[in-house]
Amino acid sequence: MTQQLVAMHMSDGIINVPVSLMFAAIVVAALGFCGRRAQRELDERTVPLAGLVAAFIFAVQMVNFPILPGVSGHLLGGALAAILVGPYTGALCVSIVLVVQSLLFADGGITALGTNIANMSLLGVAAGYGTAVLAYRFTARLGPSAFLAAVVGTVCAAMGFVVEYAIGGAAPVALTAVAGYMFGTHLLIGIGEGVITALTVAAVARARPDLVYLLRRTRREVPA
Amino acid sequence: MRFWAGALILTLLIAGGVSYLASAHPDGLDSATLRGCEVVEVDGAEELSGNCIAAHADEHPLTGSPLADYAIAGRDHTGGLAGVIGVLVTLAFAGGLFRILS
Repeated sequence: MTQQLVAMHMSDGIINVPVSLMFAAIVVAALGFCGRRAQRELDERTVPLAGLVAAFIFAVQMVNFPILPGVSGHLLGGALAAILVGPYTGALCVSIVLVVQSLLFADGGITALGTNIANMSLLGVAAGYGTAVLAYRFTARLGPSAFLAAVVGTVCAAMGFVVEYAIGGAAPVALTAVAGYMFGTHLLIGIGEGVITALTVAAVARARPDLVYLLRRTRREVPA
Repeated sequence: MRFWAGALILTLLIAGGVSYLASAHPDGLDSATLRGCEVVEVDGAEELSGNCIAAHADEHPLTGSPLADYAIAGRDHTGGLAGVIGVLVTLAFAGGLFRILS
């Protein structure tokens, strides 16, 4: 079996080396920033949850679900992590999963770690969390907000790949075809991601509402 | 305590059991990179023929490593155990890092 048929994430060689290294440098700087900001999100209650969220994302990413004949999708996890443990800690959670998958399971290239983390962790979390905050402010409903956040986060992560391919794609395949196909498939994957994210966030909120970062954050803002 | 135990057990069950039900078809990104190629058998091994993005992909440098492709030493039907190991490693790595950061 060839490697690229079973892997879940971008292999080495799909984006050329200079552009891959450029994204790796951006990611190292961004994760350093996240590490400093995460200190404010983490306390004795949230540390165990953050560890568990990373492990849960690893587990659920193994379960590809069908979206079209011959095409599957899997959770990326950015919106899920950000809603539960905060955006900075959440970005670190998804990044840890991608590092473990690349180095331990040979899934996702090593020079491609920068681009994979930029898409699924940084972009997925930023777009997903931004959407979650806005949607929750307008609807005050956690489940639907989580669903929408996951859809937007997934599509933005896919568009991250399209941008990287536009800058440093190593193959002579038309950008418009890649962009259209990535958008369509990831809209469908986003719906699956949205269902998983909404169910998970709702389950945690029912059992331990004190643990859900998005709820704590908005509660802190309201009394002022 | 019940919450933490339940969440960990659920996570291990997903990685160790539910993962066997996963679709084996390529995901959105992989199918995008495979468009334009056909998978052909050459001497019993699968290769790509045609012009697609995935034809430019390099083999992972750790392809021969013990847990590569979510299997134990490449053996069939060991994905569940590989998944359980992955969950525990991720939990230890993330838990350790977040403890240091907090």
